[in-house]
Amino acid sequence: METAPFRVLVVVPCYNEQAAIAQVVAEINEVKQQNNLTIDVLVVNDRSTDNSLAIIQKLNCHYVDLPVNLGIGGAMHAGYKYAYRHGYDVAVQMDGDGQHPAEELPKILKPIFDGQADVVIGSRFLERTGFQSTFARRLGIRYFRWLNQFLIGKSIHDSTSGFRAFNRRTISIANAYYPDEYPEPESIVQFGLHKLRILEVPVVMRERQGGTSSITLAKSVYYMFKVTMGTLFLYIRLQNNQRSHGIITNCHSDT
Amino acid sequence: MESLPIVIQILSLTGALLFLFFIARLIVNGKLREEYSFIWIVCTIILIVFSIWRKGLEKISLMLGVYYPPSLIFLAAIFVIIIFLVHLSVVNSSMQQSVKELTHEIAFLKKELADLREDQNKPLAGRSPLVTEA
Repeated sequence: METAPFRVLVVVPCYNEQAAIAQVVAEINEVKQQNNLTIDVLVVNDRSTDNSLAIIQKLNCHYVDLPVNLGIGGAMHAGYKYAYRHGYDVAVQMDGDGQHPAEELPKILKPIFDGQADVVIGSRFLERTGFQSTFARRLGIRYFRWLNQFLIGKSIHDSTSGFRAFNRRTISIANAYYPDEYPEPESIVQFGLHKLRILEVPVVMRERQGGTSSITLAKSVYYMFKVTMGTLFLYIRLQNNQRSHGIITNCHSDT
Repeated sequence: MESLPIVIQILSLTGALLFLFFIARLIVNGKLREEYSFIWIVCTIILIVFSIWRKGLEKISLMLGVYYPPSLIFLAAIFVIIIFLVHLSVVNSSMQQSVKELTHEIAFLKKELADLREDQNKPLAGRSPLVTEA
């Protein structure tokens, strides 16, 4: 890949990731060097209760320290706001637990650089390689695929994937509104209704390097319920906006 | 119906007045915002009215076709409570939204401050910090 004129912000949400966060940031910086990319790393510390903040402060990256724990949605929203305000062309979400290998970064950035897509999602399931998650979880993901297909007519294979890249237009939409709590599947519906071009590219994911998933077995029923409700109401709200304003506004696109 | 109620009448009247006093004190001490005290004051006034005007409840019940007056109280009370709970959920939701936005802004300001400090680097090192960590 030639030297890209695009300024990229990699947002890494971090909640109690003291075991993995240093490695994640180091890998991104390595990939940045190798591929000669203009990448800044922004770690969003979501009020970690462990030693994460002290570790982040010593790393070669930008960081914001949320004074209140907001959950993944609020943390990512902070990252997208930051990207929007500082004029980044591309924002990438990458988990702080090491699930998303930095070597895959160029893969999800390329369609954005080439102008092929507004949203690129790194998917585990397009090519069945690497960590595939558990059976129950894949069942849930299949349900979300059906829900997305039903609502926006797009089949997203890995809608819970938190490995995604946004272009400027998407950043401005995420800046204005980003779902709370479990934002990944909901935001796909949001982007779909904004008529953004969503592209999935196959990536290889690893099993988490440290920490525990934010979604435990006990929470998964609540997760399904919350995401379904959130998705449906988001759908209705955006449809209403569309009807009353002609197009979905609320975002100041400058691309 | 005539001998029994005078005791309960006094009881409910003092109860209502005490409650009104309690609400007023909360407002005066700044622990309760006026807009949320409104519903409590209205409820207390209704309570006072009916503890003085005993026949009123019966009359209204019969008018509405309710033959057991106390059940009308329960119906009304539950209805009011549910409405108020929904109202509180709405207030809570908007508060959560505000907290999220404030959190973002504070985090950005903290970062900007840290960056500024780093730019100025050494000269500030000796001074006391502008913002202390919680």
